Amino acid sequence: MIRWRLMAAFLTLVLATNCARKSEGSKGPEAKAFGAALVEVSGGKQIAAIGTALDQPLVVQVNDAQGAAVAGAAVSFHAGGGSTVTPAEGLTGSDGQLTVSVALGGVAGRYQVIATTRDKAGKAIELRSEEIALGYQQNLGRQLNDRYCSRCHDPESTAERVSNHDNLNAKPHAFTDGDFLNKISEADLSSIITHGGAALNKSAEMPPYGGTLNKADIEALVAYIRAVADPPNRLKGLVYAKN
Amino acid sequence: MDLKRKIAAAWAFLFGDSGHAFGTLSVVLVLCLAVVPAKDHFREWSQYQTRYLRLIRLRGDAASLQRRFQPGMQQNWLPELGVVDRCTTCHVAMKEATLADVSTQPFRPHPPIPHSLTEFGCVMCHRGQGPATTVEEAHSSTKAWEQPVLPARYFEASCGQCHQNSLTGTPQLNLGRKLLARYGCVSCHALKTPGGVRMTSTNEPPPLTHVAEKTTREWIYAWLKNPQAYSVAATMPDFKLGDTDARDISAFLIDQSTAYKTADAAKSVATPVDPSEGASVYGESFCASCHAVQNAAGLMVGGDIGPELTRIGSKVKPDWMALWLRDPKLYAPHTAMPRYRFNEKQLGLLAGFLQAKADSELLANVHLDAATKEQIAHGKALVNERGCASCHELNGIRKPDNFAPDLSAAGSRSLAKIVFAAGVARTLPDYLAAKIRQPHAFGKELKMPQYSFTPAQIDALVTALLAQTENAQTLPATLRVAGQPASSYQPAGKAWKLMEDMQCFSCHAINGRGGDMAPDLTWEGSAVERAWLLSFLKNPNTLRPALIRRMPRFNLTDAEAQTLTDYILAVYQTPAFDADSLDAAKFTAEGRERGRQLYYSKYACQSCHIIDPQNDKGYVGPTLTQIGAKLTAAWTFHYLKNPQLLRPGNIEPNQHMSDDDARALTAFLMAQKKSPEVAKR
Repeated sequence: MIRWRLMAAFLTLVLATNCARKSEGSKGPEAKAFGAALVEVSGGKQIAAIGTALDQPLVVQVNDAQGAAVAGAAVSFHAGGGSTVTPAEGLTGSDGQLTVSVALGGVAGRYQVIATTRDKAGKAIELRSEEIALGYQQNLGRQLNDRYCSRCHDPESTAERVSNHDNLNAKPHAFTDGDFLNKISEADLSSIITHGGAALNKSAEMPPYGGTLNKADIEALVAYIRAVADPPNRLKGLVYAKN
Repeated sequence: MDLKRKIAAAWAFLFGDSGHAFGTLSVVLVLCLAVVPAKDHFREWSQYQTRYLRLIRLRGDAASLQRRFQPGMQQNWLPELGVVDRCTTCHVAMKEATLADVSTQPFRPHPPIPHSLTEFGCVMCHRGQGPATTVEEAHSSTKAWEQPVLPARYFEASCGQCHQNSLTGTPQLNLGRKLLARYGCVSCHALKTPGGVRMTSTNEPPPLTHVAEKTTREWIYAWLKNPQAYSVAATMPDFKLGDTDARDISAFLIDQSTAYKTADAAKSVATPVDPSEGASVYGESFCASCHAVQNAAGLMVGGDIGPELTRIGSKVKPDWMALWLRDPKLYAPHTAMPRYRFNEKQLGLLAGFLQAKADSELLANVHLDAATKEQIAHGKALVNERGCASCHELNGIRKPDNFAPDLSAAGSRSLAKIVFAAGVARTLPDYLAAKIRQPHAFGKELKMPQYSFTPAQIDALVTALLAQTENAQTLPATLRVAGQPASSYQPAGKAWKLMEDMQCFSCHAINGRGGDMAPDLTWEGSAVERAWLLSFLKNPNTLRPALIRRMPRFNLTDAEAQTLTDYILAVYQTPAFDADSLDAAKFTAEGRERGRQLYYSKYACQSCHIIDPQNDKGYVGPTLTQIGAKLTAAWTFHYLKNPQLLRPGNIEPNQHMSDDDARALTAFLMAQKKSPEVAKR
């Protein structure tokens, strides 16, 4: 009996030390300072194909209660669904910022990157950033958008191309404008693309693309519009039993 | 003793008489028979199927989901494709679109793709071990199966097994293939598509046969040591040469260089006092269409067909510069650079302007003593060893055949044959990426040079290489989608001489040959009016004000412009319609007015085009203020009816216009002949 008890005690000890080692491992570098707030500087809401690394890094900043940058605060990152953040933890630099790169997971959708830092009292402060991963269809839609749509629908000009957005009487909606576009059904969106704005009592400045793009292309565009909507577009029409 | 008695009692109970023995043996037999179904019940896939049934139980469409669910082991066998997979045993809901909200695997439905899941199977695209029945064996690499499931970032590689053409939906694969051809990868490595076509380089590295006339040994030395220090965008990789090696190669390159025929143009031009005037020649000639210059903010402005010119003054000799600008083909017969026919003043200004783009620090620390014979001989040996002649033409050195390993089946390489560098995960994609990122980690003596690719470029290259699988070579030929075949189209006679001289094909494509920067000219003869083309060739005005890259002015003589115009109008005629089928003289004022209304209301053309510079603001399409003087009526009519018929890939939407509408719009457009000055008034 005593032997059994000894065995059990030994096992618990092994387990305990293992667990302790694990939690020690996730602690990361020792914080030299503590902040009161965690804000995103840049790198949120990026759009990329599934599995790929985002073009721009994610930059977060730790501030104190007065809003001044805190150097040397420890920030750790957690990203789910197969997405990865490198480095997964680190200390903020002299400007209070920490820059990490994010690679998306293998499934289309939105990925949340949770950054965590601790204040003086040890309370966790969280910041949730969102990145968008495009599957094959949405990525095809993105390429078509770049070619056919963005000249008018993207209000931002680039060095190579001036946006046509401001030249139009009825200002086109950016595809990220979820507040507006989420209210339009998929059937109506593809109808507007296929038959032009005038067919649905909207501006004739939106020309019909049904003769230029095929059905699969238009479906891909709608899928892209849904994927990048901000606020996100929720799936509709799913009915769940109540028990 | 106690134990022995107990055993004896049990034995007596179980096998004491024939009745008991029969009963006991029956129980044992039943237990034995139950092992198989029990084992099946506890298999991994069976657990997933049970979980799936539990998952769908509460959903609104549970009944139909349940009806379509097939229990037990599922297998898809496609002998023609070499596919056997049992993935759908666990991935049960592949075709259930209503489960789109489910985020737990293996129950997610497959996202929409252009192919049928049953016809192509899973492992064609995802790799992994199809016949395996456990998650671990199916997804990961094992000793018997080296190809694990392909990571999502390289998925497009799978499309590339059959599709040699450039698909809209596979930007990463397209980029990877472009990089393979542009950065000289395929100059050293043979890379054949499954159809047997060898990929060729799209980059024409300069010949080095006369390099001493062009630049100094000091510059060559600095360039060899670090090409990117001279030009960030240089396609030449870093060969990680030591000081002695770079010294000896530069010595050899100067030594092997010969003089080149400069004909009567040998006279150099006087460089003007104030080179800043040259900026306007640089601008007018639209050098920036092909060449980039780093601006004060460090951003590259300009195209990437020609080399970056930020520090060109530190590189080339002034005499060479003047000769090059006068006639580039004398030095490099295959260059993409046009002959501009500059006059002496323009030449002097431009040469001076470019020569002033110098970086005094570039060569400040390079001091080379005169080369010795030994150094030159060593340099030659190094040039042979490094395969310089794979890309560059050199005197006395032949282009080596198959200098580097064949990459035609790079995507199926056996891991057993690969020596992995320390810290590289044991998978094929990781190996390929690491090899491109840092070849020298795999051995200092490796000949593969160091490129400065971005992580995204490396991913694209790995994707393009992973597409080169052995499986792709054995697939049925009917599945193969060939890439665009290289066109050897060549115009005839004097016109060809002129087109070659001005390198029209660097930017324009005709009959499948040429670049994509400028419009395709295959049917240009049907499109334009003679007078317009003649004056455009003499003085190309800006058709699209929003573009940085535009048609340069080549300073053609009247006779040259005439020759070219005649040829284009006679040869580049579309068979799709008769050029005289629409007589512009028959258009009426009413028709024009109806066309105006259609233009501004029904078709809202002003969204993209400018026809009235005071009120219209469309930036997307070309300005139409003089369109009546440029285009023929027949072309305009047929173009309006179907823009892609005459210009495939054109972004102007096909509006399925009626003949009446198209005719009225044509009448309105053909009336737009005023010059911009008149319009402004």
